[in-house]
Amino acid sequence: MLISDLFEETYFAITANKARSGLTILGIVIGIGSVIAMVSIGQGAAGSIKSNIEAMGPNLITVTPGSQQTFSQVMAQRGSAQTLTIEDGEAIAENILNVQAVAPELSQRYQAVYMGKNTNTQITGTTSSYLSVKNVELALGSFISELDTRLSLKVAVLGPTTRDDLFGEEVDPVGKTIRINGINFKVIGMTQPKGGTSFGSQDDVIFIPITTVQKFLAGVNHVSTLNVQAISSEVMSGVQNSITNLLLRRHNISDSSLADFSVMSLEDITEAVTSITNTLTILLAAIAGISLVVGGIGIMNMMMTTVTERTREIGLRKAVGAKRSNISLQFLTESVFLTFIGGIIGILLGIGLAYAVTIFTGMTTKVSLYSIMLACGVSTTIGIIFGYWPAQKAAKLNPIDALRYE
Amino acid sequence: MIEVKNITKIYQSASVETIALKDVSFSIQEGEFVAIIGPSGSGKSTLMHILGCLDTPTNGQYFLEGKDVSKLSEAELADIRKNKIGFVFQSFNLLRRTTVFRNIVLPLVYANVPKNKRAEIAKRCLLAAGLTEKHFSHLSNQLSGGEMQRVAIARALVNDPLIILADEPTGNLDSKTGDIILETFRDLNKQGKTIILITHEKYIAEKAKRVICIKDGEIVEDVFNHSSSKEVKKIKE
Ligand SMILES: Nc1ncnc2c1ncn2[C@@H]1O[C@H](COP(=O)(O)OP(=O)(O)O)[C@@H](O)[C@H]1O
Ligand SMILES: [Mg+2]
Repeated sequence: MLISDLFEETYFAITANKARSGLTILGIVIGIGSVIAMVSIGQGAAGSIKSNIEAMGPNLITVTPGSQQTFSQVMAQRGSAQTLTIEDGEAIAENILNVQAVAPELSQRYQAVYMGKNTNTQITGTTSSYLSVKNVELALGSFISELDTRLSLKVAVLGPTTRDDLFGEEVDPVGKTIRINGINFKVIGMTQPKGGTSFGSQDDVIFIPITTVQKFLAGVNHVSTLNVQAISSEVMSGVQNSITNLLLRRHNISDSSLADFSVMSLEDITEAVTSITNTLTILLAAIAGISLVVGGIGIMNMMMTTVTERTREIGLRKAVGAKRSNISLQFLTESVFLTFIGGIIGILLGIGLAYAVTIFTGMTTKVSLYSIMLACGVSTTIGIIFGYWPAQKAAKLNPIDALRYE
Repeated sequence: MIEVKNITKIYQSASVETIALKDVSFSIQEGEFVAIIGPSGSGKSTLMHILGCLDTPTNGQYFLEGKDVSKLSEAELADIRKNKIGFVFQSFNLLRRTTVFRNIVLPLVYANVPKNKRAEIAKRCLLAAGLTEKHFSHLSNQLSGGEMQRVAIARALVNDPLIILADEPTGNLDSKTGDIILETFRDLNKQGKTIILITHEKYIAEKAKRVICIKDGEIVEDVFNHSSSKEVKKIKE
């Protein structure tokens, strides 16, 4: 049997009952489409979280209080322990090789007021190095200076969202005085918009000198995070080790497993988040995969019906010289073809769905070549698996019995 | 060309055992026109299926061109059906809702005949069967019974078979159409094709060069001149 004959037979068989073929294909279309859309949502989430984390700053290492080593547990403990100080940060900057800068940070939420307008926002106490360490750029005025920090001056640099909330868009807030927690602060600058992360907006914030937060707002001596910038990505792990050793010494802890802080690079965080989003993606794909299996059963159902309906035809084909292999190949090609068409349309549907999700919900989606290839492979495999049995059934028919079949 | 030796066919179903053919032997030479007659259930179709390599005998030997084909595998039988045998059925067995052309070239598909040669072969065979290529694009279900059977005959001819086997080819046709079909077979026979057909009709048996009569799975008469046949005379007009 020539290949072109095989395809011709397949074409005639599939178009002989267009409605049934169409509905069967639809089952596969929905299956493949939902797998691709779901995976694109999962991977889009992973991608946006990752790029947001990376936007936090180049070669960033964060030191947080708390003894746990894993990301999620640190998140839970953060802020409760009070073991890190500004002096720890200064020690790191002075003593450790390959450290570009250290920006201590103490963040808490307070009410900010300007001329009757209110906003509850994050007050981040930090130092002048924050700009370079966290990859933040100034839009207006100036940032917190070393002098501001040394003298605990009441100056504030607004995030763009906070400026919009307190002053309205396009207003220059520099030189105005706002009240934070009832204390007057002079606005000296505003940062560039940085966009949101999955953890909240990085623009809804007010920066003030860290010493000012400690003395006048929080009344504490510790910091919530030390942001350390290494000079390059190659030295990251070395710097991480040096920080751990230095802080263990400073905190008089001999057993590193009892450390009252944890040191993490962005890579560590990214890795942790990636593993979570990958699990999410697999879960979504598995749910969608169920519909793919249902679609496959639809194929099998159609092929079984077709074989029964065409029993006499199979008998005739055998009577004029068709071999078992000719018959089984013909039915197998038919089912693979059905799933293949379903797969192609399903991919287009999946891409369309992903696009629609992005437009209507604003969620980032990412259709990867990998998921398309997976979908193609899966649909063809389904065609083979679910077509095999009916094809075998057809091929095994005895020509005389088949011709007699009513 | 065909030599059948002591062929027995037993159908074994659940509990009953049907002996369809009992120790049948005969031979047929190239160019013969043989009519097989006999009452219903006597084993004619069973014999035809064995001759057409659609089935194998339970016992005995069947030599086709000197080669014993009674013990061949399924795939080998398929090859013989493809290359040496043309089958015509009582119920035509055309592909439904399919053009005449596609019906005729079906055996060529399995014989790997190149596509550009098919139209020529189909045209010649359809002409031999009494239709013209004008019918190529007609759908099988738009044809009359006689036309359908001619298409089926054309299909049986395309692989240039050694023998044409026809199991009651006129059984579903009126006598006038049946006559035309019979003439078609006679023409083919004149051109040198060996033809074996099963029939119930007297006028067809009378036109055959040789008549074999089967009853209860056994050959009861085998004559070369129908006028000497008691069995043909017994058939009612
Ligand atoms: N597949 C089968 N299974 C069981 N018995 C069969 C089968 N085919 C035919 N028979 C029996 O074999 C006998 C001969 O059948 P058949 O060759 O069709 O007769 P005819 O064609 O002369 O009418 C009948 O008794 C029939 O019932
Ligand atoms: Mg019969």
